[in-house]
Amino acid sequence: MAATTLPAPTRRRTKKPPRHQWLATLGAAARTRRGAIGLGLAGFVVLVAVIGPSVEPYSSTAFVTTPFSQPTGQFLLGGDTLGRDVLSRVLDGGWVLLIMAACATAFGVIVGATAGISAAYLRGKVDGIIMRTVDVILAFPSLVFALLLVSILGPKLWLIVLAVGFTHAPAVARVLRSATLDISERDYVKAVELQGVKPSKVMRSEILPNLISPLMVETGLRLTWSIVLMAGLNFLGFGQPPPTPNWGYMIQENRIGLSSNPWAVIVPAALIALLTIGTNTYTDAVARVAIGVERKPEQAALIDELPIGQAA
Amino acid sequence: MSTVTAEAAEPSAPQASLRLEVRDLKIDLTSSGADVVSEVSFSVHAGEVLGLVGESGSGKTTVALALLGYARRGLTISSGGIYLDGENMLLLKPAELRALRGAKVSYVPQDPSAALNPTLRIGTQLREALSSHPDVSGDVDARMIEVLADARLDASTGVLKRYPHQLSGGQQQRVAIAMAFSCRPSLIVLDEPTTGLDVTTQRHVLETVRSLCRSYGVAAVYVSHDLAVVGGLVSQVAVMYAGRVIELGSTEQVFNAPVHPYTRGLLAAVPSPERAEILVGVEGQPPRPGRRPRGCAFAPRCSYAIERCTVETPQPVVAAGRAVRCLRASELGSDMPRRRGLLVSPVEEGSEAILDLKGVSANYGHVPVLHDISLQVAPESCMAVVGESGSGKTTLARCIVGLHPNWTGEMDFDGTALVKGARKRQKDLLKRIQYIFQNPYTSLNPRKTISQIISQPLEHFFRLPASEREARVARVLEDVSLGPDFLSRYPDQLSGGERQRVAIARALVVEPDLLVCDEVTSALDVSVQAVIVELLRRLQHERRLAMIFITHNLALVRSIAQNTVVLCEGRLVEAGPVEQVLANPQDEYTINLIKDVPKLVTHVSNAEPALDPA
Amino acid sequence: MAAQPAVVGASVPGTTLPRMDRWKMDHPLGALVVWRAALGIVTLFVVSIVIFLATEVLPGNAAYAVLGHTATPQRLHALEIQLHLNRGLFDQYWVWLSGLFTGKLGNSLANGDPVWGQVAPRLVNSAVLVFISGFVGSIVGVVLGAIAALRKDGWFDHITSVFSLAVTSLPEFVVAIALIILFATVVSHLLPAVSLLPPGTYAWDDPKLLILPAATLVIVIVPYIHRMMRAAMIEALESDYVEMARLKGVPQWRIVLVHALPNAIAPTIQVIGLNYLYLAGGIVIVEDVFNYPGIGQGLVNAVSDRDIPTIQVIVVILAAFYVFMNILTDVVALLATPRRRIVR
Repeated sequence: MAATTLPAPTRRRTKKPPRHQWLATLGAAARTRRGAIGLGLAGFVVLVAVIGPSVEPYSSTAFVTTPFSQPTGQFLLGGDTLGRDVLSRVLDGGWVLLIMAACATAFGVIVGATAGISAAYLRGKVDGIIMRTVDVILAFPSLVFALLLVSILGPKLWLIVLAVGFTHAPAVARVLRSATLDISERDYVKAVELQGVKPSKVMRSEILPNLISPLMVETGLRLTWSIVLMAGLNFLGFGQPPPTPNWGYMIQENRIGLSSNPWAVIVPAALIALLTIGTNTYTDAVARVAIGVERKPEQAALIDELPIGQAA
Repeated sequence: MSTVTAEAAEPSAPQASLRLEVRDLKIDLTSSGADVVSEVSFSVHAGEVLGLVGESGSGKTTVALALLGYARRGLTISSGGIYLDGENMLLLKPAELRALRGAKVSYVPQDPSAALNPTLRIGTQLREALSSHPDVSGDVDARMIEVLADARLDASTGVLKRYPHQLSGGQQQRVAIAMAFSCRPSLIVLDEPTTGLDVTTQRHVLETVRSLCRSYGVAAVYVSHDLAVVGGLVSQVAVMYAGRVIELGSTEQVFNAPVHPYTRGLLAAVPSPERAEILVGVEGQPPRPGRRPRGCAFAPRCSYAIERCTVETPQPVVAAGRAVRCLRASELGSDMPRRRGLLVSPVEEGSEAILDLKGVSANYGHVPVLHDISLQVAPESCMAVVGESGSGKTTLARCIVGLHPNWTGEMDFDGTALVKGARKRQKDLLKRIQYIFQNPYTSLNPRKTISQIISQPLEHFFRLPASEREARVARVLEDVSLGPDFLSRYPDQLSGGERQRVAIARALVVEPDLLVCDEVTSALDVSVQAVIVELLRRLQHERRLAMIFITHNLALVRSIAQNTVVLCEGRLVEAGPVEQVLANPQDEYTINLIKDVPKLVTHVSNAEPALDPA
Repeated sequence: MAAQPAVVGASVPGTTLPRMDRWKMDHPLGALVVWRAALGIVTLFVVSIVIFLATEVLPGNAAYAVLGHTATPQRLHALEIQLHLNRGLFDQYWVWLSGLFTGKLGNSLANGDPVWGQVAPRLVNSAVLVFISGFVGSIVGVVLGAIAALRKDGWFDHITSVFSLAVTSLPEFVVAIALIILFATVVSHLLPAVSLLPPGTYAWDDPKLLILPAATLVIVIVPYIHRMMRAAMIEALESDYVEMARLKGVPQWRIVLVHALPNAIAPTIQVIGLNYLYLAGGIVIVEDVFNYPGIGQGLVNAVSDRDIPTIQVIVVILAAFYVFMNILTDVVALLATPRRRIVR
């Protein structure tokens, strides 16, 4: 009987958007070529870091060969600056970085998003205070800010996590604030506000579902940045205390032996590079799917042929 | 205004040379090869203006750009010929084409504020139009002055030194027109050049275009969705639907006695400022480019469609003196669609107003936008608020519903004073006054299903068992002529008209007493606008609602309202029953407004099928 | 007294506009500079308080922090006097702040030499590095981005896009190590692997030493500028005004240089500014890798040595650079956008 009220025109998209939009977006991104490559690269490095500690051939801290010895059948990647097995140190040196980066990202995104959304929706003084704080934090380059905190409180791991997470918060807050400002001005939010619905409910049921895309993209970007920053701090010598291996510091301690055994530097550097390239590429794919980074040529070409509101 | 039509109807000089001939033009999507435009043919003579009419998705802009040998990225002109003064443009080399554009064929864009480069001064942009074609432009400085005068721009005001954003919309469009005429082209393509302008400026711009075309013997193609504008300007009309020209003939033939069912539908949907009539729209929506159905593209929406229409693609046939692309053209004959007159019952004298505004003034920040507005809305009646952009009509609506708290004065709703801002109002009051937003593309949350969107206010205002709630949602959906299969859909799966129906359903589901409609059809095509306006009129009548209908379109007022007020620059300049205000306006502003509104003359004056235009 | 809206004629005679407001309207650029400068000074002031409090007060007594286990009452007392820790908090801050302006910053805790004497030459070296790599990186990024946009979806566009996506996310030290492996150790020995400068010499005395650190930073910033320029240029090339120019028969070179480029440059300037800010942080690691004697390396050393006066000075310099660059970026971007520069 429905069919009689209106002729059913051909639909462009007959598939229903699923309930968990974000899962669908992640999946769709993984199915693009870019996304698949990114996920593959990052997945490979994560696998090495996670499985590594249980398959390392030697103890990562034992002196088993001569310093900077070339790779042999016994020591596949040769020896490091103190004669430890590079392969074992590589296998053991990634998981802490991953955990710390993930925690810092979670911390940064949660703090930043909360600050940004509240600033935008509550406006007024709250907005002023939050955004001026953001300005002040942003005046320190991220690494400098982290170094400052470490110099004050000492190189503790949890502190590095907090410091790195904290440097992300302002950027996340800015992005989420402007996204929230945009959405809270939309007519569909006004329509609900007009019924006298409470602000907290408006934020939860009308605004938040529309922030999922920017949140996902921000999280991806921040994860990449956490890894870069964290590895940088490790490289500078702020991280787990020696002799525990980590990829960042391995590059630092082994680079004097570059001409004897370059593998002690190349392999950890390559793993870090693959990881960040992987997360960044996947994030890019997510952004393309979720936000639509570029207009499809057809849409651009037919912009004047589409209904007014749709073209905007 | 009747003189306007007479002028347009003048047959072009019989000896006038053929300027433009389009033959079997086909334009495809580069990626999929699906056609956006196909089998388009027409011709234009010197001094003649051809109107290319169609709604969104018809391909009219794509055709217009192709007349300059241009296709947007993603589109390819795949076959056909465009002959300008006998030369096929599509065979030219890129350098030759560049030399042609601006010199022999020029373009007036839809939105001059976007088409003028924001970082360059007007003078630079105008000079460039000339200096890019040194062989035809002659002495640039002398020509600049001439061209400005042609477009009725005063060069002494320093307009050349200004940047585009420092000019008004009307001035920007005059600059674009000056550029288009600067090299004295053979052909000018005008792509909805008056869309963003108010009616008075629109009329002036149209007059300029018309006189320039005539005095320089230029052929022109005028692209528009607005049949009334086209009717007063052009001598030939090509009606486009889904990428094809479905009816092509003289303006008198097509507008007085259309043959194609789509043309009939389109004309029936155009509101008349002179007679109260029930608007008849065309249900459904046009197919998207590349998704055209087999057979006649209009068949799914056509009330005359037969089995054959869905399998056989109609070829153009000559019927009643014009080319028509309809399988049933010869059986249908030509006829003006008739609309039933609408009996507007005047509001009873002395009935207590449900909404009473006394001395309402409003500011945006520190800028005053409304001054001392007083009006009364009678229960079960519709009040139209008419005004052009900047008149403050939307602000007035937003003050009433509580979206805009920055006002002073008194508002009384059914005996209760309305406080400023929705947050401070009582729940019951919020329920009884409902608001429908202008743009249905932004007023529905894209992350919610239609069912969630409509039941949200029910959940907020009533404590109902789920079954009762569902029943009410289904019922209101049926009221706005949407089936239950819409319940699980998301807004981006709906057309503009369907979205606006959902917005209406969301407002009506709580059984309000006053419905405030803010330009609810301005984002819709005219055929859909008619459907929505008629739906609102019917619902207002059936549900005995009080309604405030805000519009910039004076012609719509008769089809829906009993009373009207006219706003101008934040002041109420005229108020009264619709019939009285439209037929016998008192204020000078209203008089001019009514005079400047373009009208489909023939359509209104001849309810009978038109005969020869003599 | 209502403020006049900006759209209405600014200097209408007879309006009761306060002079200040009218000036703001007639000189939007001046108003912006004044406003941003004021905001910048406030931010810097807060930053200085944060740095001061963080390094001197929060972890208890800085003297303890420096001396650690080796603290004896006598040494503690001597250090407290040196750091003015025996005075009140406000006094301490005041001494420190006035020191910042007069250059009397006290002595380094690491080696006892005057802080300013150590930081000044490092500052010069870092400035050279930042501006050379910022300049080269901006030019390369803008040119690559513009070409990619003009040849959108061509092979050049694809290669640069993939390359920029990959490089965007690389840590500086990975890029630096790769360059060292390629040009200074394993693969070839064309360039020095470290940029140690003899004391008393500056970076320009031996330009060869600058190449690898600068190249690292250029590689790191180019992708951002390239992507922004590409996007802005594509937007400009697909805009109505470029379409209009094509339909007017304007020659292609003029469309690119006169119509598209000026419109694409304005948003790109913002990103170039951001990248200078990024460089201010990026030098920390790059200078460390190459042993380049700039303030970045100075900061890492100072943090390892817990040399608090040096840390404070370097962080304040970096923050001041940030604030100044932000203002400069806004002003330049505004100059490139007539729509914002001129009110009707």
